[in-house]
Amino acid sequence: MLPTLLDAFHLLGNLDAQVLAIVWLSLKVSLSAVALGALIGLPLGAWVAVARFPGRNGVAVFLNAMMGMPSVVLGVLVYLLLSRSGPLGSLGLLFSPAAMIFAQTLLVAPLIAALARQIVEDAWRDYAHEFAAFRLSRRQSVATLLFDCRFSLVVAVLAGLGRAISEVGAVMIVGGNIEGFTRVMTTAIALETAKGDLPLSIALGVVLVGLVLGLNALAHGLRQWAMVKYG
Amino acid sequence: MVGGLTMFPIRLDDLRFTPQGRPVLAGVDLTLGGEGISVVLGPNGAGKSVLLRTLAGLEKPDGGSIAWNGSAVPGPAVAMVFQTPMLLRASVADNAALGLKPLKLSRAEVQGRVARVLERVGLAHRARDSARHLSGGERQRLALARAWAVGPRLLLLDEPTAALDPTATEAVEALIREIRTDGARIVMTTHNLGQAMRISDDIVFIEGGRVREHSPSARFFSRPQSPEAKLFMKGELPWRIAFED
Repeated sequence: MLPTLLDAFHLLGNLDAQVLAIVWLSLKVSLSAVALGALIGLPLGAWVAVARFPGRNGVAVFLNAMMGMPSVVLGVLVYLLLSRSGPLGSLGLLFSPAAMIFAQTLLVAPLIAALARQIVEDAWRDYAHEFAAFRLSRRQSVATLLFDCRFSLVVAVLAGLGRAISEVGAVMIVGGNIEGFTRVMTTAIALETAKGDLPLSIALGVVLVGLVLGLNALAHGLRQWAMVKYG
Repeated sequence: MVGGLTMFPIRLDDLRFTPQGRPVLAGVDLTLGGEGISVVLGPNGAGKSVLLRTLAGLEKPDGGSIAWNGSAVPGPAVAMVFQTPMLLRASVADNAALGLKPLKLSRAEVQGRVARVLERVGLAHRARDSARHLSGGERQRLALARAWAVGPRLLLLDEPTAALDPTATEAVEALIREIRTDGARIVMTTHNLGQAMRISDDIVFIEGGRVREHSPSARFFSRPQSPEAKLFMKGELPWRIAFED
């Protein structure tokens, strides 16, 4: 056990090229997916919070339910979409980082939207009359609420990042875990553990946990700063 | 600063609002001319705030009508300030600009208007500070500035000084008079009879969801006409209602 751990930290300490490449690809894929997911999820969640239309509750329930969507199931759906005979097969994206970004975007966008809806809806209860009295349009209300809730919404985006960077099912299915091309931290950990290469698995695991902890600490610090600065 | 199309007189005819079967406005008849400060007085639950919110378009009456100089549409020049204004997690200047968003003004014009109103309410030196760090009095002055920036022809104030100390109240009253001088018609509610006496040109006395009396301020306070207003002035009306309920 101890030699394995020492080997793992040796890999980290030496900034092993394989480890760095895997970490870099993981960050590239997950951060891209979260950026896209936030672009879709934040306005969508805010709009559902503010708008009144038939079936609104159904949309809210659907978004909440999608938070628990198993990543392997989503992976299969995206696989079917991107496979050669699927509707998006002509794009030739399967087994590429773009396919992984696409799958993770679909995974995190509903999560960010569901959390954003809750956060914005709470704020909307406070502001609805002020905004209505000033005759702000729906679009102006959504934009203003997103701005006002920006520090709370960081948590929603972080939750999306946590989900994206830690999932293994979708990226394994649509990426194929191809060494040097689509291998990310989670798929590498799964594979190397199965192969018995525990030092690499542990090294990647340490990086993964460190990233998640670091990002959460950053978000916590940002919120604390915002509370002091903006109240 | 204040502009807009003519929307006066505003005529409320048999205005009714009955949420969940409970009559809050039970046939309000009222005519508001184009100048001055009207104070809406009445006991708790009389329908004062709902009347203001209905004029602001925040509540949809389920009976009767409001005619704005004969039109059913008030136009954009109506603003409202609430007892506890909600301020954005943003700077004082950004909050003052909130009501200007629908007006689609140029950035320079927004900045100009914001600078002018903040100067007039004495908050220019705090323009870049967080609005949520303001004191209660400053918050209410910012809320007035926010409404003033829009250039309202009709400004509705729902107990704007209810949570303020006497000094802050005096400052807000001075601003209300200044906004009136600037050309805005003001309709406000208050529970403070002293304030109503100081600031109002006329009193709209409302009880049980109906206007019981609408008369010039001096006459209302010296010789109230309706039995309900007489009891209210003696401090007896709320008790009578409580016992009857």
